[in-house]
Amino acid sequence: MAGFTDLEQFRQTYFDECAEMLAIVEAGLLDLARGGADAETVNAVFRGVHSIKGGGGTFGLSALVAFAHEFETVLDEVRAGRLAPTGALVDLLIRANDVLGALLADAREGREGDGILAARVAADLRAVLGPAEADGAAVETTPTAAADGPQRFQIRFAPHPHMLSRGNEPLYLFRALAHFGPLEVECDHDAVPTLDHLDPESIHLSWTLRLETGQPEADVREIFDFVAEDCDLHVAVETEAEPEPAAGPPPDIGREVALVGPGGAMAEPLSPGLPAEPAPPRPAAGENGGRGALAGQSIRVDLDKLDRLVNLVGEMVITQAMVAEQAASLPPGQAPRLLEGLEELARHTRELQESVMAVRAQPVRSVFARMPRLVRELSTTLGKEVGLVMRGEETEVDKTVVENLADPLTHMIRNSMDHGIEAPDAREAAGKARAGTVTLSAQHRSGRIVIEVSDDGRGIDRGRVLRKAVDKGLVPADAQLSEEEVDQLIFLPGFSTAEAISNVSGRGVGMDVVRRNITQLGGRITVHNTPGEGTRFVLSLPLTLAVMDGMVIRTGGERFVLPLTNIVETLRPRPGDLHRVPGQGTVMMARGEYVQLAPLARLLGIQGAQPDPTRALVVLLETEEGGRFGLVVDELLGQQQVVVKSLDAHYRRLDGIAAATILGDGRVALILDVAGLQAMGRGLARTAAAEEFAHA
Amino acid sequence: MTKSVLTVDDSRTMRDMVAFTLKGAGYEVAEAEDGKKAMDLAAGRRFDLVITDLNMPVMDGLALIRGLRALPSYKSTPILMLTTEADGAKKQEGKAAGATGWLVKPFNPEKLVQVVRTVCP
Amino acid sequence: MHKPLPATRDAAAPPAAPGSQPSRQLVTFTLGTEEFGIPILAVKEIRGWTPETRLPNLPPHVRGVINLRGVIVPIFDLRARFGGPQTEATRRHVVIVLTIGERLQGILTDAISDILDVADGDILPAPNGDGGLVDRAAILGLVASGNRMVTVLDLGRLFAAETQALDEMQDTMAGTAGA
Repeated sequence: MAGFTDLEQFRQTYFDECAEMLAIVEAGLLDLARGGADAETVNAVFRGVHSIKGGGGTFGLSALVAFAHEFETVLDEVRAGRLAPTGALVDLLIRANDVLGALLADAREGREGDGILAARVAADLRAVLGPAEADGAAVETTPTAAADGPQRFQIRFAPHPHMLSRGNEPLYLFRALAHFGPLEVECDHDAVPTLDHLDPESIHLSWTLRLETGQPEADVREIFDFVAEDCDLHVAVETEAEPEPAAGPPPDIGREVALVGPGGAMAEPLSPGLPAEPAPPRPAAGENGGRGALAGQSIRVDLDKLDRLVNLVGEMVITQAMVAEQAASLPPGQAPRLLEGLEELARHTRELQESVMAVRAQPVRSVFARMPRLVRELSTTLGKEVGLVMRGEETEVDKTVVENLADPLTHMIRNSMDHGIEAPDAREAAGKARAGTVTLSAQHRSGRIVIEVSDDGRGIDRGRVLRKAVDKGLVPADAQLSEEEVDQLIFLPGFSTAEAISNVSGRGVGMDVVRRNITQLGGRITVHNTPGEGTRFVLSLPLTLAVMDGMVIRTGGERFVLPLTNIVETLRPRPGDLHRVPGQGTVMMARGEYVQLAPLARLLGIQGAQPDPTRALVVLLETEEGGRFGLVVDELLGQQQVVVKSLDAHYRRLDGIAAATILGDGRVALILDVAGLQAMGRGLARTAAAEEFAHA
Repeated sequence: MTKSVLTVDDSRTMRDMVAFTLKGAGYEVAEAEDGKKAMDLAAGRRFDLVITDLNMPVMDGLALIRGLRALPSYKSTPILMLTTEADGAKKQEGKAAGATGWLVKPFNPEKLVQVVRTVCP
Repeated sequence: MHKPLPATRDAAAPPAAPGSQPSRQLVTFTLGTEEFGIPILAVKEIRGWTPETRLPNLPPHVRGVINLRGVIVPIFDLRARFGGPQTEATRRHVVIVLTIGERLQGILTDAISDILDVADGDILPAPNGDGGLVDRAAILGLVASGNRMVTVLDLGRLFAAETQALDEMQDTMAGTAGA
């Protein structure tokens, strides 16, 4: 009988569900912290932890279960109103949820955690309950000493009249007993009332059973576990000395029980006193029926399935583009119905794609929701008073983007609180409120999501930033930089403004990593600094990583795609616009500023391209740092939406290339990495300068 | 005839495991994620056994048990509740509401089948 | 002592169950006058050459990438990989798409020639100082088939350079957090 079920297959389901539970618990706890929680919120939090514990036992995750038990016990007290959810307690509960999450992550990865934090938090949880409840509530099961050899049990079983109304069926109990060994059953029907007093839904029989079995008494009693409250039960071991002879032959159990079977077994209500119909059923909705747990109807879809769908739609977009391209080469006036149909197909394809992408979209709330506690914890650590204002939490963006926002946002908020917001006294001295404010907002703006992290702190000290950058050799000592350029220095690798390594943001992670994270998501980050008044970081991210608006360009015989978001404008320079600057290569005057020109063909080693920029085109590009440069290409082929395909899935990353896509003719085109190209362009200019110097 | 079981739990893992185990033991299994959905299902057809969690959103297990017992067709249908080991008080409440018996978490497939076979062979 | 194996032309012959027999099936292909063998289990697909999209700043043996039903797959020019000139590819050339680890990679060859059943013992070590094109590390051994000599390639080694570059890059990415 053992092992007929392999529960391991449910592990994945369990962990997936736990991730949802953890989020619900955290959201609930944060509500609680804000004082905005009702009884159902607390109940949902309890339920989440309870479910995690329940499943954990099944998969043998004992450390997890032990911890969840402590956690749940405290939550139960809160739920019952015996513990007040003070700020300190909610903080503890939030920490407990973190520990639970960590334990789950360990279990999922099959890791052995060190358990130190769990033990500490568990101790804190126990401390909340006070000494009385400090011991684990696990019920000791009475050790069941195995009996030596078979014993004869005499069992007196007298059900209370209402036992049947709880779905207990004596026959089934006797059958279960009969599995243990030979069973004799004797029925006592003396208590059965006369017919006119008989309630067919009550039971008036009692039994004496004799069982010979090797099973211990506890197992015999266990059979009656469910009816222990609904009957009088005596179990005794008969001694060998007095084998009580059975009074008469054992009755036929089945028939005996059929007599008292559940309501339906009796033909008609025999007593006129009985209601013809039982009590009318309650409305199915029940008393809580109207209260929805989570808004909206939803179904659960495997992410893989969704990704397949996204891919398929991507392929369809390509095919549609391919067909449209063929149709465009038809002579004008030919097949108007076909063209009409194709136009409609294009529209529908686009709509389908948007709908599918929308399925992957999630509100940024899930990542924003982690920030209030970050701010609270940091306020304590830093000894600063900081309020967090959040706006636009419901703004939706692709799941992948949401998932990848947590780290950069966490770091930016840390940065603002550590370096931006001043200590309360300093703020007061500067004529500001003692409490600083960090604002986190999200909104959709022209097909992208824009996230801002701003603070009303001291702003970036440009003098100090510049000194630091020079000290670290990041910029030459005599560099002439505009204020904005100085502000951008904080994004340089290796830059950290903290004078002493602060244990808040000085963890070897700088704003350069934030920028890299954002760039990897196809996003851009800029900083706007007003010394004395505050700093504002602006993140602009694509709504999805799967599709991108691009400009297809040609250089030599090769086509490439430039992300539209990086393109400022396209120019055809006149000879007078171009200047050769030693060490900078060729620069061009564009919109009142000099920009460096980088010929794409030279950067990527492409043959047969137009070498003369005045006969080619210059695409003015802006990178994440806000720096501009001009990419020299042969021609623009047109703007189109492209499906982003990874190049490194089967090969590897390449300098200057962000990804790949498939164009309308079915061939692959590379998507250019604008920041990468800019860096390559600088390298090229430096090499050229060195060569010139050598030849001079 | 195949006996039909309704398993009610807000935890998908738990529902899936109960369903899988009982299907393996030859039962037909339907699932509901809260008491309200279970009542709706139970009102539409007659299950031979209901297994319910107690703490659920919308309509909890106790309300479900009371609701079912109020339906003529469920007056004597076995109803098992899922409880945790320490829930002595819950067991009492469940019994008072009309539960037939209980299953103790953590989930143990053999125990589940053993108990289910006892109350609903 | 190494008897020539009968060449099976039946491509549908079931591959030897792994581990049951120390034998394997090889797909052989030609590059000029030389014949090479690769394990059939690694072959995902054999297709005619289609123009690839070049990748920038890479050695000549990396031809570029193609669209294999929506997946971007790199194509390597084996002739160039073994030190020869880049292949002047035409529609008659053949791309063998291989599964190497979790990656798909294509190799450009002149033509498919055969499918061979080979016992492991029949693969003989290549003689020292073999003056052929291939770097010795990428050769698993030699197999005689009739009067032909087939060079059996070690795919893992053959693509080790590419994989290595990739791994190094990933290491760097992982290690640059504090850069």
